[in-house]
Amino acid sequence: MDRFATLLSNLIYTRSRNGKLALLAEYLRATPDPDRGWALAGLTGELSFPAIKAGIVRELIKERIDPVLFSLSRDFVGDTAETVSLLWPEPQTDVAASPGISEAVALLSTATRATAKPVLTRLLDRLDEPGRFALLKLATGALRIGVSARLAKTAFSQAFAVSLDEVEELWHAMRPPYAELFAWAAGGAARPDISALPVFRPFMLAGPFEAETIDLSDYAAEWKWDGIRIQLVCAGGQTRLYSRGGEDISASFPEITRAFADDSVLDGELLVRGIAQGGEAGGAASFNALQQRLGRKTVSTALQTEYPAFVRLYDILFDQGEDLRGLPWTERRARLELAAGRLDASAFDVSPLITAKTFEELAEQRAGARAVDIEGVMLKRRDSLYEAGRKTGLWFKWKRAPLTADCVLMYAQRGSGKRSSLYSDFTFGCWTAPEAEGGALLPVGKAYSGFSDEELAWLDGFVRKNTTNRFGPVREVEKSLVLEVAFDSVNLSTRHKSGLAMRFPRISRIRRDKPAHEADLIETLRRMAVTS
Amino acid sequence: MAPGLAPPRWLKAERQGLHLPTIDWWIDPSIAVARALVTHGHADHARGGHGGVWATAATRDIIDARYGTPGGGRSLDYGEGIELGDGITATFVPAGHVLGSAQILLERSGERIIVTGDYKRRPDPTCLPFQPTPCDILITEATFGLPVFTHPPIEHEIARLLAARQANPHRAILVGAYALGKAQRVIAELRRAGYNETIWLHGAMTSMCDLYIRHGVHLGRLALVSEADRDALKGQIVLCPPSALNSAWARRLPDPVNAMASGWMRVRQRAVQRNVELPLIISDHCDWNELTGTIRELSPRETWITHGREDALLHWCSLHQMRARALELVGREEDDTG
Repeated sequence: MDRFATLLSNLIYTRSRNGKLALLAEYLRATPDPDRGWALAGLTGELSFPAIKAGIVRELIKERIDPVLFSLSRDFVGDTAETVSLLWPEPQTDVAASPGISEAVALLSTATRATAKPVLTRLLDRLDEPGRFALLKLATGALRIGVSARLAKTAFSQAFAVSLDEVEELWHAMRPPYAELFAWAAGGAARPDISALPVFRPFMLAGPFEAETIDLSDYAAEWKWDGIRIQLVCAGGQTRLYSRGGEDISASFPEITRAFADDSVLDGELLVRGIAQGGEAGGAASFNALQQRLGRKTVSTALQTEYPAFVRLYDILFDQGEDLRGLPWTERRARLELAAGRLDASAFDVSPLITAKTFEELAEQRAGARAVDIEGVMLKRRDSLYEAGRKTGLWFKWKRAPLTADCVLMYAQRGSGKRSSLYSDFTFGCWTAPEAEGGALLPVGKAYSGFSDEELAWLDGFVRKNTTNRFGPVREVEKSLVLEVAFDSVNLSTRHKSGLAMRFPRISRIRRDKPAHEADLIETLRRMAVTS
Repeated sequence: MAPGLAPPRWLKAERQGLHLPTIDWWIDPSIAVARALVTHGHADHARGGHGGVWATAATRDIIDARYGTPGGGRSLDYGEGIELGDGITATFVPAGHVLGSAQILLERSGERIIVTGDYKRRPDPTCLPFQPTPCDILITEATFGLPVFTHPPIEHEIARLLAARQANPHRAILVGAYALGKAQRVIAELRRAGYNETIWLHGAMTSMCDLYIRHGVHLGRLALVSEADRDALKGQIVLCPPSALNSAWARRLPDPVNAMASGWMRVRQRAVQRNVELPLIISDHCDWNELTGTIRELSPRETWITHGREDALLHWCSLHQMRARALELVGREEDDTG
């Protein structure tokens, strides 16, 4: 554990990407199997120990320290694992007996609900503070230390001079501690064969469209649908539905996986039938409707009837075993249309192309998209191969301009992770009626982003100087600061007192110039709302 | 509360500082007043513009250097009592925080109040150690008043600083340290660890270092960064105010390793937020165990908690059946003096 703990410390305090890559690559080269494999799994978020819940960690620490002192500490530190590692009593035994990462992983993974507490306690008692921090980060999931899975894989490819695309391709067929992967990359063994496995392939992603214009003879245009991007894979007789991050969500959408047995890999948008997006012709409900179906381990027939899911297809990666990723988009599109013809139309359709003769005509259609609640336009280079990740100049998303509203800051809470101890989570509201007519502010949303570091420092200072009330970690502030909030859309919602739920709200400007009573009315937001 | 133990009417906590209303004297006021007792020279306790300042000689020198000579008042030796009027006497007692820092013992009719100012319980080669003083009311700071704050031995942190220097012979090691107190303590501890090379300074550090030297603190060979060649600073230790880390000034150094000496460095994200690569947990304040240990040791009738994370210390007092209250003084939010 010591080496891994040192690695984590060094990563936390190293800001540059190249510095982090060098640290990771050095660790991966110098550390023996299977330690390095478990470390890589931890760094990429692939470790999970079902018996070790965050609640157990909190229970353990509350057996050792007063709960109020713990929660005040947690609020200040902004990270439970770090708080617990700082508060845990120092080891009585010699730290030389500290467990290695492989031993720790073995103990954690064989723990049951009954043994989780003693197992974790014995491990923590054998570690120093950096070791406890590393262990708790591993044991409870996401490390959140500024190293993405992508960065860890990049470091892996650099450490052993193998192609990152190949690593990504193999990744989802491998299981920790990745013996085969290390044998191939570091040990010169043959590349693992994954052709008969229903594994996730990395998505091709689009960047924001920021140019003035584009030549439509080079680029095809499609509508941008607001659902979730999915990949549907069938290989070796098994079908899997993967989300954008490669998470297997097959169980939530049985009607989709049942309808696909084609030994192919498709790329598309998961949607629910409806008319919110693009009207009758669009045929898709709002994202809100899809949300009713997400995150479920099992799904009732009633739910499937009420919110029928389907996939709007964008692309095809494999066609009956044949890898098409090396073909240009135009050819893949033709193959997609053929393949879609073999599929059940109730579960699949093909994302239509927008016919526009000129860019101006396309811009006009996009401008009209707001009226029919379509998120925007996708532009795809006609000769683009299917390449993993976001390759500049190949695919663009051209979102409609965001909506904005002037809201009043009401509450603030400290952030987590790198924003711990700064007030960075902001709740803002709009008026039920003009203030002069006795209107009150009701919260309409919460935002954590959109501001620069300087603006954040200013906002943090504003909160500290203008606190009127404290509710645990939440501070209520003087209702005097207007924030211009940008959001992609707003939905009617019964979950919130204001009856509204914003999608992707972020703070676009701090309006120090504007008095609070001039902020927007709730009614104004309600008129912007889409109905699902 | 036992009979006869009402809070004293002769000392009031105001937002601007502690006030002795019957005689109109103040302790560490944040506004300009006629008569101020000042515990130490940090800006959140000492300010210019008072009619008279009563403080230790070193503290008065620091105020001189920072704000100009006070119009009146005088310097007091540790242990020397002064009659303020209305039967109130004040005595300065070492606080162990920085050069010249003092606790103030206030006495009236046999009732004893200790105002700690800022203090620590660890040895510090640049100032006299904290002297525990029995009292009825203890008015304590709580800068690091959370149980996550435990400061490691300073020898350990100095060893890490020296190891970083060894490991980076082509980079300067730039240590952000508050110009009054922290900087001189780090230098003195480096000397104590046997480090005899020149220690390089940002220009803002010199006046306080000179002042310490005049007061007999040994700091060894110091020189200004502005007088060095860039290459000469490779593998050298450089001290600057925390605000100069990541500044245009720092870019003249050879690929500096950003270090910072502060109790806040115990929390990882505090270091990350300031782009610190080498966090050194070196504090001139008590850590949690020292705060609670001091309250236990002095076992006052009542503890008043001034600036810092007073919630947790207040709660700890209530858990241990000790009477305590929090004071809300202005201008004492977190800063770099930690």
